[in-house]
Amino acid sequence: MNYHWNWHIFLDPNPMGTGTYLDMLLSGLVVTIKTSLLAWIIALISGSIVGVMRTLSSRAASWIGFAYVEIFRNIPLLVQIFLWFFVLPELLPRAAGLWLKQLPDVPFWTASVGIGLYMSARVAVQLQAGISSLPRGQRQAGTALGLTTVQTYRYVLLPMAFRIVLPPLTSEFLNTIKNSAVAITIGLLELTGEARSMEEFSFQVFEAFTAATLLYLLLNVVVVTGMRLIERSVAIPGYISGK
Amino acid sequence: MFANFDFDVIRRSLPYLFFQGMHFTLTLTALSTLGGIVFGTLIALMRLSGYRLLGRIAGIYVDFIRSLPLVLVIFWFYFLVPYIGQWLTGASSPVKVGAFGSSLVTFIIFEAAYFSEIMRAGIQSISRGQPAAAQALGLTYRQTMRYVVLPQAFRNMLPVLLTQTIVLFQDTSLVYVVSIPDFLGAASIVAQRDGRLVEMYLFAALVYFVISSCASFAVRQLQSRVAVIR
Repeated sequence: MNYHWNWHIFLDPNPMGTGTYLDMLLSGLVVTIKTSLLAWIIALISGSIVGVMRTLSSRAASWIGFAYVEIFRNIPLLVQIFLWFFVLPELLPRAAGLWLKQLPDVPFWTASVGIGLYMSARVAVQLQAGISSLPRGQRQAGTALGLTTVQTYRYVLLPMAFRIVLPPLTSEFLNTIKNSAVAITIGLLELTGEARSMEEFSFQVFEAFTAATLLYLLLNVVVVTGMRLIERSVAIPGYISGK
Repeated sequence: MFANFDFDVIRRSLPYLFFQGMHFTLTLTALSTLGGIVFGTLIALMRLSGYRLLGRIAGIYVDFIRSLPLVLVIFWFYFLVPYIGQWLTGASSPVKVGAFGSSLVTFIIFEAAYFSEIMRAGIQSISRGQPAAAQALGLTYRQTMRYVVLPQAFRNMLPVLLTQTIVLFQDTSLVYVVSIPDFLGAASIVAQRDGRLVEMYLFAALVYFVISSCASFAVRQLQSRVAVIR
């Protein structure tokens, strides 16, 4: 291989004047974390609403939930992000479209919302599976105690369902982090994006990508370890995963 | 809102979108699925082989690949494949590898990790009595896998394998990051040339949606058909 390795490149100042190349990658890591967290919050909130809708007895609600999941699951994430970024501002009334385009940090907000909604379909499916895995008696007991539907979900079904689906939700959160790299296409300088621009400035392509790879692995390990602790502390006694 | 929606730009670019773009996307999907299943099965067999070292190597490979974003892996191989080619052929400078070759290598290596997890679950779903019976009949390890375990594992996992193929079909759109004209890439070239982003991206979304939902509907039908009654 006639490739010139130069591992000292990380300590060289970057051409943006924001410190070294390493600082550049670390700022990318921060953007990746921020985007993933915001996307995950959006995914959890809207995914929970849709997941609950799919388990309601109302025909309309479960049909809306079904359609929502199908739409967000059957269009590639990249296309969805393009729709939010390029298409939505054009379809809105002129003033609203202009306002949207002139927001500061548009790529960040678009990526978070786009990835969040894409992941929400997956969260919805998991939560629905969690709720339906509960014995029918739980819902009936709630009704027999005189709880309203909202109360049954709030106090009986959801606390159990969330604890059951926590392990699959962990892997969905890891997917969210990985998916945040797609935002490079709309110019968000997250970790992969910073590695890419480091490659363009310094021509040290393999060093840049090695560093990005290691940072992704590190992030993965941190999240997995953290979630294992949470999973252990909320595990339901009596279930296989429980104490 | 749709007052100046230009349907003609879609009609004009249909041959390009489908004969070039979709052709690339579907070929890449089919070949990567095939390669991914072959290598994935080998990795799964390594993990279940009982040899500590082989199992560890396969496990590390799968965990490593699964913790990286596909976009990063695409970039890695886009830059790495020419050097690998140089190393394999002993050429004096990095070998030029076409867009298709480089993305095929990427997807096979990436998807093999995911397919191997599916195949591992499939192999583990076979009851212990089956390989035991095969051994009692005097079949070798190879024959046991070839004639007894793998056919059943494939059958049990067929719906999951196909669902992963649909995911793979959607993921191929990510080759956009290295400017390869797959279906989305082709749509985006036309969109930027004619300044018709709204039409082209909505049309691309619609096409992906129709193909993926029809395919997942078919998988659900198949699932009820092939389920083995025990």
